[in-house]
Amino acid sequence: MAQSMIPLTHFLVIGAILFSVSVAGIFLNRKNMLIILMCIELMLLAVNINFIAFSHFNQDMGGQVFVFFILTVAAAEAAIGLAILVVLFRNRGTINVQELDEMKG
Amino acid sequence: MNYELIIFYLFASVLVAAAISVVTVRNPVYAALFLILAFFSSSAIWIMLEAEFLGVVLILVYVGAVMVLFLFVIMMLDINIDILREGFIRYLPVGLLVAVAVAAEMIFVLTSDTIKTVVAPARHAADYSNTEALGEILYTDYVYPFEIAAVVLVVAIIAAIVLTHRKRDPSTKSQNISHQVRVKSSDRLRIIKMDAETKTSNKVGE
Repeated sequence: MAQSMIPLTHFLVIGAILFSVSVAGIFLNRKNMLIILMCIELMLLAVNINFIAFSHFNQDMGGQVFVFFILTVAAAEAAIGLAILVVLFRNRGTINVQELDEMKG
Repeated sequence: MNYELIIFYLFASVLVAAAISVVTVRNPVYAALFLILAFFSSSAIWIMLEAEFLGVVLILVYVGAVMVLFLFVIMMLDINIDILREGFIRYLPVGLLVAVAVAAEMIFVLTSDTIKTVVAPARHAADYSNTEALGEILYTDYVYPFEIAAVVLVVAIIAAIVLTHRKRDPSTKSQNISHQVRVKSSDRLRIIKMDAETKTSNKVGE
């Protein structure tokens, strides 16, 4: 097979669906900080699918390099986010986002 | 419908189903496991797009490290799911509305005729190495961003350690490095003035 039979639109639509599912996830689980972090990971995954699809269809490696950096930053974000979550739970005994309103004026 | 398209639809439907499960499932442990499934199937889609290296990296880094970290944290925290789940039904309509609106708008744009005219490029030969091509561009054109990425990771390591580090129990015996460095010879050594010993008084055996 010399040429891929899957059009670019298919990959972009998958990315769009994945992104909107994770947006809905943030709405639905707005109390649970763990699920919100997972939804952010899903959003980054959706963006990465778009990057790789365009990189393939434009034959430009720059897109894949960008995905590489996004993966790096996302891993750092997950590590720090979970560390903050652990500290939060240790100090407050809850990860309910709605109870974290001490900075509210 | 050809074979490749069937495989794509298979992985894409598993991916979407896993993503929906992540946001709707009750137990966070299952959510993390469904997220792993989502990563696996999207890695397959990346490999179909000839991004083999990133597909493997996604599994190694995400499934092997990030998701394990997530599972560790989920199991470490004693969270009450019922309190965190309340409001799920209340926000379901608005969440669905926003999701459908976002998806519909994006799909409307993405299925436009301009994007449909993009032609798929010819596949690379079997001896083409995606890893080699990525490495070649990463260590030449993108070498400074690459180093910055390394610094970002170091900062993340230090931040995670500093955030979660706990002060030790004061009764635990440990070295205090700053005290050890600051120590002076007068703290350790005492010089006593005394008379010189004579040879006769040194005869212990007598």
